Amino acid sequence: MTVNDLADKLGLVFLTGQEDAQKQVSGCYCGDLLSFVMSRAKSGDAWLTVMGHLNSVGVAALADLACIILTENAPLSPDALERARQNKVIILQTEKTTFECAVAIAAFLKI
Amino acid sequence: MTVKLNFKIDGNDFTRAGEASGEVKRVLKELGLPSDVIRNVSIALYEGEINMYLHANGGQIEVAVSPDAVGMVLTDSGPGIENVALAMKEGYSTADDNIRSLGFGAGMGLPNIKKYTDHMMIETEVGVGTTIRLKVYIK
Ligand SMILES: Nc1ncnc2c1ncn2[C@@H]1O[C@H](COP(=O)(O)OP(=O)(O)OP(=O)(O)O)[C@@H](O)[C@H]1O
Ligand SMILES: [Mg+2]
Repeated sequence: MTVNDLADKLGLVFLTGQEDAQKQVSGCYCGDLLSFVMSRAKSGDAWLTVMGHLNSVGVAALADLACIILTENAPLSPDALERARQNKVIILQTEKTTFECAVAIAAFLKI
Repeated sequence: MTVKLNFKIDGNDFTRAGEASGEVKRVLKELGLPSDVIRNVSIALYEGEINMYLHANGGQIEVAVSPDAVGMVLTDSGPGIENVALAMKEGYSTADDNIRSLGFGAGMGLPNIKKYTDHMMIETEVGVGTTIRLKVYIK
């Protein structure tokens, strides 16, 4: 499933452009402490977090994550948005809680 | 042939945190290294780079890519690490609330570096600084 498919199915809003949304999503990781994400998230994971700042973009880029999904409508800082566009990191937003969003992703990915 | 990269980390400009690691990743991709090697190097280097910003007010990163391995040397003139064995434990952190509010301070950075590299050596002296030597083999 691509990020685009996931966005469609879950009604996620794209904060970055949709150009690279053909990236494959193979799993999901939830967490807000960046070193945990670095350690445990797998490449291709959709990352659910409320941390919408510069360092989140760095983590997603370096760990080859499929996308960042900001849950509970957590805000994205303007500098992070710019960095995400430069580094081709896809960021989406949802009003769902991290739990609700993760459950929905699990259902679609059948994991 | 060995490709060498050098970065000066300005501890006062946290908005640039992760730039050096990002640049190394870009170069490794260009060199056509295997994606798992690139990912391991990126994660280890990022943790080391962030530590330089958060705990040592900057420093220097040297990367050497040879046909068989990616070597990294991270040097700073920060406060040094008093108890390395303790600092290497998952969950140990001296980060303050300010650092924690940014999502850092889980005490997972050094353990991550260990996990994602084949060799890790820390030389450190309190009041003098810290040098971390890392190697990831290109299998
Ligand atoms: N370059 C350094 N200079 C001085 N102290 C350091 C340095 N790197 C790490 N430390 C010390 O070791 C501790 C553990 O580092 P580690 O990277 O594992 O965790 P952290 O940086 O506190 O949190 P996290 O990496 O999970 O965000 C730090 O809190 C700090 O006290
Ligand atoms: Mg750290």
